[in-house]
Amino acid sequence: MQGLVKAFQPSSNEVQLGIKQMKIRLLTGLLTLLMPAMVMAGEYGLTVDRVKIDTGDFVKEGIGYNGASPGPVMRFKEGENVRINVTNNLDEMTSIHWHGLILPFDQDGVPGISFPGIKPGETFTYEFPIQQAGTYWFHSHSGFQEPDGAYGAIVIEPEGREPFRYDREYVVQLTDKHPHSGDRIMRNLKMMSDYYNREQQTVGEFFSDVSKNGLMNTVSDRMAWGGMRMMKADVEDIHGFTGLINGKGPSQNWTGIFEPGERIRLRFINSSAMTYFDIRIPGLDMTVVQADGNNVQPVSVDEFRIGVAETYDVIVRPKDEQAYTIFAESMGRSGYARATLAPEEGMEAAVPQLREAARLTMADMGGMPGMDHGSMAGMDHGNMDMGSSEGVSGMDHSNMGSMDHSNMKGMDHSNMKGMDHSDMSGMDHGSMAMGKGGPSDPFYAKGSGVVPTAANGGKFLSYADLKAQDPLYEDREPTREIELRLTGNMERYTWSINGVKYEDADPIRLKYGERVRFKFVNETMMTHPMHLHGMWSILDVGAGQWNPIKHTVSVNPGTTVYMETEVDEPGQWAFHCHLSYHAAAGMFRKVIVEGGPESTQAKTGVVAEDGGEA
Amino acid sequence: MSCIRSLAAVSFLASIGFSTTVIAQEMISDTTARKQPLTAWGVQFEEFEYRYSDDDEELGVWDADAFYGTDEFKVRLLTTGEYEIEEQAYETLENQLVGQIPISKFFDAKAGVRFDTPEGPDRTYAVLGVAGLAPQWFEVDANLYASKDGDTSAEIDAEYELLFTNYWILSATLDATVAFSEDEEIGVGKGLVSTETGLRLRYDLIDRAFSPYVGVVHERKYGDTADLAKAEGGGTEDWFAVVGARISF
Repeated sequence: MQGLVKAFQPSSNEVQLGIKQMKIRLLTGLLTLLMPAMVMAGEYGLTVDRVKIDTGDFVKEGIGYNGASPGPVMRFKEGENVRINVTNNLDEMTSIHWHGLILPFDQDGVPGISFPGIKPGETFTYEFPIQQAGTYWFHSHSGFQEPDGAYGAIVIEPEGREPFRYDREYVVQLTDKHPHSGDRIMRNLKMMSDYYNREQQTVGEFFSDVSKNGLMNTVSDRMAWGGMRMMKADVEDIHGFTGLINGKGPSQNWTGIFEPGERIRLRFINSSAMTYFDIRIPGLDMTVVQADGNNVQPVSVDEFRIGVAETYDVIVRPKDEQAYTIFAESMGRSGYARATLAPEEGMEAAVPQLREAARLTMADMGGMPGMDHGSMAGMDHGNMDMGSSEGVSGMDHSNMGSMDHSNMKGMDHSNMKGMDHSDMSGMDHGSMAMGKGGPSDPFYAKGSGVVPTAANGGKFLSYADLKAQDPLYEDREPTREIELRLTGNMERYTWSINGVKYEDADPIRLKYGERVRFKFVNETMMTHPMHLHGMWSILDVGAGQWNPIKHTVSVNPGTTVYMETEVDEPGQWAFHCHLSYHAAAGMFRKVIVEGGPESTQAKTGVVAEDGGEA
Repeated sequence: MSCIRSLAAVSFLASIGFSTTVIAQEMISDTTARKQPLTAWGVQFEEFEYRYSDDDEELGVWDADAFYGTDEFKVRLLTTGEYEIEEQAYETLENQLVGQIPISKFFDAKAGVRFDTPEGPDRTYAVLGVAGLAPQWFEVDANLYASKDGDTSAEIDAEYELLFTNYWILSATLDATVAFSEDEEIGVGKGLVSTETGLRLRYDLIDRAFSPYVGVVHERKYGDTADLAKAEGGGTEDWFAVVGARISF
């Protein structure tokens, strides 16, 4: 099943070795003979410039591409060999990382890991084969240039037919534009970690809690949090931004035109520095067809949460001659982005109010050492892997959290015969909160304060709903597990993995050809979008071979999430939390893949079953 | 340098068409800013104010600190002073230069020197202290001082903030000094020396960078120190109305 991807392996390795473009040209002739699929070559240009960014609320200096922020939408075609000339017009080093693209590591654009970076005045030529399709994005990996505006979208047209149809498409790229520069935000957070938090609990909230929960309960609640020196309001570090869609603030209202009855594909990309968005289009159903560039089995939702650096492609079909608002509320409700779909320019629909600010609960603290892990039992998806008979593996166990008991009557129990009930004994049914109070989602701690709900009371997308349309890899047992505890200290604004900041950390060493199971244990009270460069992250939603393939995996507070990676790209890669200021404060690792197709013979041991073709 | 050379060698080999063994970790060693400890700096004036006392005394007062450094080590300059406007003289003027390292999740240890150069005799002290966030959100700063002549004292500062809204914030401060030996020349008696309590209501006008406030401050001297003050003909207790701004940049 990985044939398609694998077919490019030898060429990508040779390209990776040939740093200089001239030499690649020499190789191309040879490659053309070997690889008919790669005859196309596209040449692209990007300049990195100082730009003005006008959000409608404020105007600031920033960094952009080809004179604007966001930069252009780069449109590639699967199978094409791209050359991208990047000219640095800044007076500082820069870089471009192609987020989610599978490419040779020296083209990945992380200074200090992939390459040295692009000097002021220099033109660097990226050159790599496009071996995938879907919605992705690109951004600077240098300093805080990305939060300062250095980002753009990538759309890759597939070679074959897509399993869904649409008449029109739009990129919907979100960001959280802040009036302060990235450097200043980082410095202020280091000086005062709550510098930007303007949703802290007030005296007024104390009294309203007293009238709701009683004086003693409220006092003991405040004492419990005060004792930990943690804030319930610590859902988002950075408030005070203006949400932008395709570079337009709410008042500038980016508008996508449609004709009633058309199917519109919206390519949502969250290019925010720090902000998760809950997205809905009141009046329209959204069918999610792609997540992080990979096709998923279509799932119809009323609302979904997009983590930082994630992409979701949805299809909507507005039938009426009216405007619809795309409303993207930040997870903590401190801000929003807004755009419009309309039959004509200038039409608009009502813009909803922000919902009440989210508050963490003790359940979100569940991952902290020394605290009650009992509530996490339901999160252990390993326990939920119930055999491999098709009927069972296709069954959505993880959805049970939100399952209404009345629906169970209609469930076909005959499909469950192959299910090994003994495995279920470890499963904490209580924690699945069936039908009992509050929203639930197996990817949030039970009773978490940040579980999303749809504004219209309808369906909110869960990771558990994501099933790969076509598995990219054969399903196999992981060769080993690596535990990564996501750690930090909010007061000091230090973020780390296994308690160690990047500056003090050794690289994570993987062996070419192995399949590694990463276990993320979130011991902080914040949500972290973990992004492994260069290789896919197969998110364990309990669907076996149908587990979705992603590049960014969001780990909610107090939860444990597993993902598996087929280590099929040699070289060294970045692996980090994609919240800009968390990554910069140390929640970052270098991953080294030891061995590879060429070196496997020379080295002992590690020979990939499927990696050695040449 | 060696990594650049190996890169060049690799591309040379690739250019002549050899398949080469590439060992990734030899190719680039991460020397970018991200791999260096993050350095930050900041300047904060917790108090920058005009005080008017119940017996018509006027003071200009500040309490500020500036830091530069990493998570593991910071240099901090702390400065505080009270300037008597009518007499054009510094009633107090203290400058401290300390190094600061983390010692627990929420606390740092500090060590350094303190120079007092007000109107009248000067003093130099060695400083040892801890500062951090105590349970229930009390900002605490506790210091031990030892002068060149062997006089020792301790000072504890605590602050608590009450949020009426996220922009209207009431801060309550308490500052208490205890001397373990008498230093008569500067009017310090053994035992509890003095306290200063304050209540300030501020409004965050520009981010947390500029927050004007109004408030009241109560200063009191105790025990032998109060006796020394009385002998000099001074008061032992003052109420002040204050107006000022909390500033940070």
